[in-house]
Amino acid sequence: MGKVGIIGVGQSAFVRGYPGSIKELAFEGFRDAMLDAQITTKDIDASVICSAPEYDKQRSPAGVLAEYFGLTPQPTFYVETLCSSSSTGVKLAYSLIKSGLHDVVAVVGFQKMSEISSAESQERMGRGADIQWESPFGTMMPAYYAMYARRHMSKYGTTSEDLALIRVKAATYGQINEKAVYRKPVTLDMFSDPESAMSGPVASPLRVGDCCANADGSSCIIVANEEKAKAFSKKPVWILGVGAASTTVNLVGRSLFSGLTVGMEAGKQAYEMAGVSPKDIDVAEVHDCFTIAEMMAYENLGFAKPGEGRDLIRGKETYKEGSIPVNVDGGLLSKGHPIGATGGSQIRTIVLQLRGEAGDMQVKDPEIGLVHNIGGVGLYGNVTILGR
Amino acid sequence: MAKKEIDTRFNKFGTVSFTSTTKVNDFIDRLEQGKVSGTRCKKCGMTFFPPRADCYQCFSSDMEWFDVAGTGKLVTYSKLEYAPVGFDGDLPYAIALLDFGDFKVFGRLDSNLSDDEIQVGMEMKTAVNKLPNGQLNYVFQKA
Ligand SMILES: [Zn+2]
Repeated sequence: MGKVGIIGVGQSAFVRGYPGSIKELAFEGFRDAMLDAQITTKDIDASVICSAPEYDKQRSPAGVLAEYFGLTPQPTFYVETLCSSSSTGVKLAYSLIKSGLHDVVAVVGFQKMSEISSAESQERMGRGADIQWESPFGTMMPAYYAMYARRHMSKYGTTSEDLALIRVKAATYGQINEKAVYRKPVTLDMFSDPESAMSGPVASPLRVGDCCANADGSSCIIVANEEKAKAFSKKPVWILGVGAASTTVNLVGRSLFSGLTVGMEAGKQAYEMAGVSPKDIDVAEVHDCFTIAEMMAYENLGFAKPGEGRDLIRGKETYKEGSIPVNVDGGLLSKGHPIGATGGSQIRTIVLQLRGEAGDMQVKDPEIGLVHNIGGVGLYGNVTILGR
Repeated sequence: MAKKEIDTRFNKFGTVSFTSTTKVNDFIDRLEQGKVSGTRCKKCGMTFFPPRADCYQCFSSDMEWFDVAGTGKLVTYSKLEYAPVGFDGDLPYAIALLDFGDFKVFGRLDSNLSDDEIQVGMEMKTAVNKLPNGQLNYVFQKA
């Protein structure tokens, strides 16, 4: 069996309140990737559609999207792992191709978070955990990540300012990413300024500035076997390693609260498969739904030892010019986090980096990149390693 | 034929319950008696909190109840300033996790605790709590 490559990447702009249907939103990412790959719908053998269904009014979105894309009668199906849905989709596409079932697969992730009213969204937010044993206490996503932040702080002495520095970095690149939803600068002073929205409490110790921006958006990754990848693309990017893991939903089943075991486990698998180690990674996209999530990712992926993630951000090592650039497209914090589209968008960023096509965000001559995408509160984890 | 009565006791758990029927409904009766309880597999001895009707280690469904007793260490917590629909009346409140060694318990901190009394690692105990809307939950208090 040969290699598996990525021959096309695309995404819509990430926006608030997309003025169109989910089909039109998803088409923006799909078209962007198809134009990038310079292929036609006849070249696609199957499609994988990814979103988090609690935001969809459309039942079984795969069928209506495949129709709108002109991807019938090819097989299409739907995968979901919350915020990591589209990197799960890419892993599935990898498997479909590696097994020899299909040659070229389109993975489309989308989320129109504004599809439902904010009241409906608030109601769903309360059911994001174990609905039998946790939700009745009034749980919310930011509060769970806040519990990890609290534990990280008490165990290692990480500070709120360390976390704020991650947001400042994200905003540095969000300003130059024309597809980002949040384009404004963020300074450390804003976190101590009661007049600034950034300083507002959400769930202690996390503040508004520690939380990612909701957005509507879509992404698309076109995956092909080695033969087709070489035939269609001048610069295919190869999937060198894939890893995936899960853990318990209910926190009572876990033993680590200063890191995400799914990120560690998926990372270990992906490094082993790719035959590389953390020091070989030239550029990375990690799941920064909250600032603490990026801090833990530094440590869980081996960019820093446990508890030393703060040294990376204090020393600006994760900036574009640093030793391990992370989220130099603004990350989920500034680019935005349209749940089902996020993993594909992260993979797109790394593919553009490896091709040397990332524009103002370009890191100097990267050869190997890593994508870390988490679903739920460290419930699902995917790590994908890509190379030229 | 008379309609079979459905056992929906679990509707009573927490500010808003999202589950009405479960095989561990007796949890609610035990809460009403002031006990926070888990289950233990009678076949292999595995201990579960929250309680389960089925053991994944030996696949037995022969379980017995045990009561959470003594103290657990506060692993972590967060105080919420926003709440999902139906929980606004409880704000601000803190969710937390206690480690009892053999098992952990997820719940809320007692609302009487002041911020400076709360320390990660402190010993706490569980207590059944009646909510203003008549619902039942449990909270963590200083041991
Ligand atoms: Zn058993």
